[in-house]
Amino acid sequence: MSDELVHAIADMREEEALELVKEMVKSGVEPMVILGAARDAMAVVGQRFEEGRYFLPELLLSGEILSQITDILKPELAKQPEIKRHGKVLIGTVKGDIHDIGKNIVTFMLDVNGFEVLDLGVDVSPDKFVEAIRDFRPQVIGLSGFLTLAFDTMKETIKAIETAGLRDGVKIMIGGGQVSEEIRKYAGADAYGRDAMAGVSLARKWVGAE
Amino acid sequence: MEKQLSPDEKREALWQGLLSPKDPQGNELQFESPEAQKAYRESLLRFRAAIQMEKLPDRVPVTIFPSWFPWLNAGMTAQEAMYDYEKCAAAFKQFVLEFQPDVHWGAVMPGPGRFYEIVDYKLYSWPGHGVAPENSYQCNEGEYMLADEYDALIQDPSGYFSNVYLPRVFGALGGFRMLPFLPGILEMYGVALNFIPFGLPPVQGTYQALFEAGGEALKWVMAMGGADFELATKGFPTILGGFTKAPFDVVGDTLRGTKEIMLDIYRRPKKLLEAMEALTPLMIRMGVGASQATGKPLIFIPLHKGADGFLSDEQFQKFYWPTLKEVILGLVEAGCIPFPAAEGGYASRLEHVKDLPRGKTLWMIDQTDMARAKETLGQNACLFGNVPSDMLNVGTPQEVREYVKKLIDVAGKGGGLIVGNGSFFDQARPENVKAVVDSAKEYGVYK
Repeated sequence: MSDELVHAIADMREEEALELVKEMVKSGVEPMVILGAARDAMAVVGQRFEEGRYFLPELLLSGEILSQITDILKPELAKQPEIKRHGKVLIGTVKGDIHDIGKNIVTFMLDVNGFEVLDLGVDVSPDKFVEAIRDFRPQVIGLSGFLTLAFDTMKETIKAIETAGLRDGVKIMIGGGQVSEEIRKYAGADAYGRDAMAGVSLARKWVGAE
Repeated sequence: MEKQLSPDEKREALWQGLLSPKDPQGNELQFESPEAQKAYRESLLRFRAAIQMEKLPDRVPVTIFPSWFPWLNAGMTAQEAMYDYEKCAAAFKQFVLEFQPDVHWGAVMPGPGRFYEIVDYKLYSWPGHGVAPENSYQCNEGEYMLADEYDALIQDPSGYFSNVYLPRVFGALGGFRMLPFLPGILEMYGVALNFIPFGLPPVQGTYQALFEAGGEALKWVMAMGGADFELATKGFPTILGGFTKAPFDVVGDTLRGTKEIMLDIYRRPKKLLEAMEALTPLMIRMGVGASQATGKPLIFIPLHKGADGFLSDEQFQKFYWPTLKEVILGLVEAGCIPFPAAEGGYASRLEHVKDLPRGKTLWMIDQTDMARAKETLGQNACLFGNVPSDMLNVGTPQEVREYVKKLIDVAGKGGGLIVGNGSFFDQARPENVKAVVDSAKEYGVYK
């Protein structure tokens, strides 16, 4: 049934996937096995996205399916040990900008791809980023911004991280709207990504995950 | 009976109206100088030739269509631009006079701050109301229309807007929830019952707020219109008649929201398609009405959720393009010039959108290769763009000049090109913006 579940999720058959999960729970399948299948399906979705076969509707729908599955499994999952994560990513939309759709999709894709993600939300000041780096100790930082004002606040944020003496320990990626290689150089980031999977690839590369 | 004008005759009548401008009293416009009069006329003819693609203009037209740049560059905060209408208009005039684009797009971008307060607009955060004074207003995305409300929208879009949607996005319009069902107002028997809501305090309160809001909007539009008039006397026309939207973006931007519309593609595709079909004639009406009210032919259509990366090609062809195409063709039929702005990348869509009537539309191009755009869409439509925002921000005037020169080489052949920015920018180095205009004037002369 696990294989069927992988296909149902990967092919966007929402109702069928949820029915399958309920049946599996009823017939005593371990929740970690079900969740494992769901994660396998998400890997397929991510791959199809990278191949240009899937787009936002599929990323968002698979996310919805996954969160409904997690809800079904929640009572069982509470008894399980935490799964191992590849690494930590701190993410947020920089000061002055309150756009969050792109950032939320990146956060979600990082999460399902095995990263522990702390999302600081929108309009996040440089100080808040610095403080969160000290507390959360991420290996990777993602700065998001949609408006042209974000070019300067990304730069300010990275400067503040440098001033705090924290720049050497982290890799910084930026993305959103009009962000480009030129803006990466301007802001002093390590890389920029065009879409959510580019963010996942960068984070994977930086923490040395497969 | 008066003879029905053909679409081309209607369009030409709008151009002729622009070419013989009037002052606010309805008299012939007095230009500041013969040079200003000449520049005004030549700019319009240059734009008309570029858009119609019949004969070559004297040179490639150039314009800057910014978002908040004119006000930030004047040293104002966004908050000042939204609350001080005179200062807002003055800064915009200064921007046009300093940067000298062939045509301008009006000073309406900031909008009247006090008006948004009166109506308690929830859909956006603006300076002092959720964003800092120096920053632009930004949309608060949400599910303002619920999934089970598709039928209500489809059956009666105006009723849905007045009684359900508007009270959700305007805090002061709560009384609209009680408005009567207008098609029920039919005959003597029972007619008065329909009017009871207007006797009730919540509805009366809403109307009080509306009177105040209307007065504020009027005050603001007079100031902005004054700027247009003064700029015309100095030789700078505006050709923007109003705006409308792609039905997919109407649903996806401010009704269902990005996430929900993407899910609806799978969960309720039929309802989504039906809703867009219901909205299509209304979006045509919106554009045509604005053009008639202002006497200007261009109808701006900002394109959002059909760009590269948002939808698959198949989804674009099924959900995004058919109703947008209908809106575009409906506007053309009414004598308007649809002006879609393909924000973001549009490379994968060029093949689908290219078959439009030749010389009837203007397309703003952002992060799409202009050579490719010229070979496809550009065979039938005038292209406007596409100096990138990142270059305007962190590049140099020399880089901008080289970019514009190359742009004219690859996309200017045979006309059908207007040089300008690719996307709506707030921050930029002024010398880079100036370089866009100057280099287009220098390199763009057709021999």
